[in-house]
Amino acid sequence: MQAGIVLFPGTNRERDMALALQRVTGRKPAMLWHRDTDLPAGTDLVILPGGFSYGDYLRCGAMAAQSPIMRAIRDFAAGGGHVLGVCNGFQMLVEAGLLPGALLRNASLRFLSMDCHLRVERTDTPYTRHFQRGAVFRSTMAHGDGNYFADEATLDRLEGENLVALRYVTPAGEPTAAANRNGSARNIAGVLSPNLRVMGLMPHPENQVDPLIDGTDGLPLFESLAEALAAA
Amino acid sequence: MSIETLAPARASQLAAEFGLKPDEVERMLAILGRSPSLTELGIFSVMWSEHCSYKSSRVWLRELPTKAPWVVHGPGENAGVIDIGGGLVAVFKMESHNHPSFIEPYQGAATGVGGILRDVFTMGARPIANLNALRFGLPGAPRMKSTIDGVVRGIGGYGNCVGVPTVGGEVNFHAAYNGNPLVNAMTVGIAPKGGIFLSAAAGVGNSVVYVGSKTGRDGIHGATMASTEFTADSEEKRPTVQIGDPFAEKLLIEACLELMQTDAIVAIQDMGAAGLTSSSVEMAGKGGVGIELVMDNVPQREEGMTAYEMMLSESQERMLMVLRPGAEHIAERIFTKWELDFAVIGHLTDTGHITIRHKGILEADIPLAPLESEAPLYRRPTAETPKQPVLRADAVADPVGIEAALLQLVACPDLCSRRWIWDQYDSMVGGQTAKRPGAADAAVVRLEETSRALALTTDCTPRYCFADPEEGGRQAVAEAWRNITATGALPLAITDNMNFGNPEKPEIMGQFASAVRGMASACIALDFPVVSGNVSLYNETEGKGILPTPAIGGVGVLEDVALAMGLAMPEGAELVLIGETRGWLGQSLWLREIAGQEAGAPPPVDLAAERRNGDFVRAQILSGTVRACHDCSDGGLLVAVAEMAMASGVGATLQAGPDATPAHAHWFGEDQSRYVLAVPDAAALLAAARAAGVPATRLGRSGGEALVLPGGASISVATLRHAHEATLPALMGN
Repeated sequence: MQAGIVLFPGTNRERDMALALQRVTGRKPAMLWHRDTDLPAGTDLVILPGGFSYGDYLRCGAMAAQSPIMRAIRDFAAGGGHVLGVCNGFQMLVEAGLLPGALLRNASLRFLSMDCHLRVERTDTPYTRHFQRGAVFRSTMAHGDGNYFADEATLDRLEGENLVALRYVTPAGEPTAAANRNGSARNIAGVLSPNLRVMGLMPHPENQVDPLIDGTDGLPLFESLAEALAAA
Repeated sequence: MSIETLAPARASQLAAEFGLKPDEVERMLAILGRSPSLTELGIFSVMWSEHCSYKSSRVWLRELPTKAPWVVHGPGENAGVIDIGGGLVAVFKMESHNHPSFIEPYQGAATGVGGILRDVFTMGARPIANLNALRFGLPGAPRMKSTIDGVVRGIGGYGNCVGVPTVGGEVNFHAAYNGNPLVNAMTVGIAPKGGIFLSAAAGVGNSVVYVGSKTGRDGIHGATMASTEFTADSEEKRPTVQIGDPFAEKLLIEACLELMQTDAIVAIQDMGAAGLTSSSVEMAGKGGVGIELVMDNVPQREEGMTAYEMMLSESQERMLMVLRPGAEHIAERIFTKWELDFAVIGHLTDTGHITIRHKGILEADIPLAPLESEAPLYRRPTAETPKQPVLRADAVADPVGIEAALLQLVACPDLCSRRWIWDQYDSMVGGQTAKRPGAADAAVVRLEETSRALALTTDCTPRYCFADPEEGGRQAVAEAWRNITATGALPLAITDNMNFGNPEKPEIMGQFASAVRGMASACIALDFPVVSGNVSLYNETEGKGILPTPAIGGVGVLEDVALAMGLAMPEGAELVLIGETRGWLGQSLWLREIAGQEAGAPPPVDLAAERRNGDFVRAQILSGTVRACHDCSDGGLLVAVAEMAMASGVGATLQAGPDATPAHAHWFGEDQSRYVLAVPDAAALLAAARAAGVPATRLGRSGGEALVLPGGASISVATLRHAHEATLPALMGN
């Protein structure tokens, strides 16, 4: 795996993400700068990490989506490259048009920092192959704008094409309203591109990779990537 | 060049408006030998404000112990620095933003977080954790709900954005804070030993560089505002509150830490209270050099600003540095990369004066040495708080019974779940938070790429401090030490945030002096020195003072994060109580919430017992024989057990206390220096305690889904949890 983590002004979960990748690959990923116009040769995974790019003073992710590096990332994705956006990175991917929908203010209109449970909706993707089908894993969320929204036709298309990656559920796996703290449409926590190479999600599995910190529930996601990209 | 001075009558009128007392005006005139200019008057008034000069508190603060072999820098720097082993130092401080948070809760609290972060990273440390200590009025008091909401949103809004986890804190509610809530923010950072940056300027001719955000007209005279009481028209002071920009702060953190990897910086200080004035005066003053500033070069957000406005502005997210000769281009490249303003605004001189020029005019020329050495210092009259009688446990009848009292206590504002608050703070960013809010008596944060961790807490029990400031001061330090100990960590040092009323009243100054005396005794007995701190006086509205609140921020170290102890009740463990229970009801929450009285002497802390019990508990935890540990504090023994049960959902069956103690005093008395331990083998622990001379008693056994009291009465953990969790969401409306 040749991963690159993109730093925007205001990015703040890049260290967490680097530690998670390092745990499965044994080496530090490259740190890329938002003003770069090219990705390093051999890059096979680009990660847009969490944070408050440009302070989230405009719509979250909207400024970052106009950064010089995003042109290179669009080309990379168009060529079949793997792109993972987490939290603010998910917001950038929808602002950049690489994933459908939008992320609105949480239904409670408050920042939410808490545990959530996620159900893995398909396991034949580079991000989820190390999970069991229907597996429920615990993660944490930390966002003010994670309320996934798309029009009904788009949501129906996502469901029809099986592009919903993760849903907010109870620990028993039920997609209830109570388990959907930010108010996302159809409890959607993460979505995939049609070629399954681009994924965006709001929660932070990179914070669940260490038994001494907050458990290892998120580790299969990174193990999946390591395996998928080692084979590529 | 001559200076444009104010006419003497105008100068004395303005001096009064700026808060300078007549004798202070006389000192200023003697130093200058002439009438001041407007800018000079502004500089004197903020530098000699209570906020910047500590003129009422300094004589007392000297009594606090500040030294230990592991203390690298004590009070006097931007933050305290201690050696935590492994080649690392921890840099930390707590600071109040009470007055701004009362006037404008969101921005007041947010800029409080921003200011304390800068105090830490200006020393070269990467901030790794934020904590806070909050005091609000009764939730039903006028404006209080919006104050609570604004303060919590402000702390979250700033801390979440800069990406520093908010890992702990404390909250109390009391009518004494109805007109004067307290917002104390603490930041802890980490730096390599030997990588600390200080503020003393050096090198005549060296460039003085301004970095960060532009200067606007916000916060002018904020330090003076924070040094007076409030009245009904305090809302008019809103323009003195600063506006925070956490995005700029995040860039400033990264840019400063990047520049600190080079050898460009000679000295650096953030522009906090009194902005450019205090940073330039203190840097040059500490270095024994002069400084000349050219206001034309200051990055300005608004047009037509005067030198007076720029020197007094408290615009946020700004730093002042002295660079070594020729290093300007290194700094400029890094700050430009991070899209921050960078400007050379002056240089160091050999005059010993601060001189300010603007548009070719000399606006100020003040000798620095007397500005500091002649700063007012008051030994204000003190009046001791009268001692309260000790309340006998059998003198207060139990009106409701044990189960009803427990259910009521776990739901009362001072004991209910703080989840509504901490759910709004990102406590995980950084990926090193081993014990999140609610998981242990102190937050535990691992140091990246090591197995080492810090245990962090904030503590104070203001109702004890009001009843007996000396006992209360002692207890605040002891409780911080105890909370760190309960995680298995070794307590190392504290920062203090002294929140009191009007020091010109002898009873308030007496509270201050007594609290310091109590704190000092505990710091000495527990090897827990004070390395940084902040004083906030004049916390009064319409003449009514707050409860004396010496908030303590404690830091301890744990060599192996894998040993960090939590408080959640495990299944199938035996419960042992460490420490002595006499049933002390005076000033307890049971007495206030159940019996409706705030009376009696507060529980005394026996420092020798505190040390012995705590050292014993820590050794047991580190030996790996403990499965959960929680100290007994507010609400007493049964509340401590209930908190352990609510954290996991596992109940317990409890044994009766001694016949001689009334049951309500046994279960809800707030005797100090106690811990509840869950262990696999109580007999072994009791034997070890006996050998160590530590009081220990068998308390019961964990398991099931209820707390079963002696005699068979039981209350389900689910019922307790429901009551515990419902209070804040109900008070706040969601």
